[in-house]
Amino acid sequence: MNADLSVSLWRGAQDGHYETYRVPQRQSQTVLDVVTFVQRHIDPTLSYRFACRVGVCGSCAMTVNGKPRWTCRTHVAKVAAGGRLEIGPLENLPVIKDLATDMQSFFEKWQQAKGVFAPTKTRHEDIAQIRPDTPARMTADAAIECINCGVCYAACDTVRWNSEYLGPAALTRAWTLVNDERDGGNRARLQAIAGSGGCHACHSHQSCQELCPQALNPTAAIAGLKRRTAAAYLKGEITA
Amino acid sequence: MNVRLYVWQRATAAIMAPLVLIHIAVIFYATRHGVSAADILARTRGSIAWASFYGLFVLAVSIHASIGVRNVLTEWSPLSERHAGACAIIFGLLLALLGMRGVAAVVLP
Repeated sequence: MNADLSVSLWRGAQDGHYETYRVPQRQSQTVLDVVTFVQRHIDPTLSYRFACRVGVCGSCAMTVNGKPRWTCRTHVAKVAAGGRLEIGPLENLPVIKDLATDMQSFFEKWQQAKGVFAPTKTRHEDIAQIRPDTPARMTADAAIECINCGVCYAACDTVRWNSEYLGPAALTRAWTLVNDERDGGNRARLQAIAGSGGCHACHSHQSCQELCPQALNPTAAIAGLKRRTAAAYLKGEITA
Repeated sequence: MNVRLYVWQRATAAIMAPLVLIHIAVIFYATRHGVSAADILARTRGSIAWASFYGLFVLAVSIHASIGVRNVLTEWSPLSERHAGACAIIFGLLLALLGMRGVAAVVLP
């Protein structure tokens, strides 16, 4: 644990470059600890994003040795082969500065996918009684733990090739609402995700599932959306 | 790919799956039993069944493959969706033409 880590960090905007720093290696050290050490002890101009440090807020995702990861819960010992770390901003998003990306397009796609709950009752009516053991509710529950970190979006080859593609996170959110029996916006939602940038663009490479820090399965959610939109199309409920 | 193309591609895949198996079985039968070209033509010429079988096969392949080519072009080339669609239609028509020419060669009397 005494040897220093060789840490390359992305500096600058989209046309930036990697700079290498020496950071002391410690026990139970996370990748976020390493970035924070550089910012506090070597270069205070380093820009990066974090908030909770315990895997709840989804702010600190970065590209670590080629793979998108939540840095606050990624231990250096797990990913730093040979004591080397290369930490860059998330891919598939414009770089603002250093390790901070502009996530506007990521969140706009949640809106395009109709990721907003469409209530069927008002506050003056009784609260809906939802059994937790129904198949639909269990399916909705499986995907509801998304923390919007953007790891799946950065890992997705289809997003890289097709800038219109809504991406795994927005579609997983849509799948949660499609299975929520309290929601009344499904026809508009299925219509919104049936276009050329919607769920049918997914190639099922499963990078999202492999790298999701919450162990969610966006690929399965998207497969469910493909079936549901195809059925709605054949019934004439939505158009192409 | 939108939902309409998705449904067409999945539907043509569902049609092709049994046809491919039958096609492979026919190839095995013909090679294992030493069926000559003349024997094959004697069975296929004038046969509405073989014309329907391979005619359907060619149509399904043309639609399925052209949708796939459209996807490849939209994702991997600088072509717009519209131009990629036009290229895919031309490719599909070419496949259908060549395939139907082959079917005609073995089923027309």
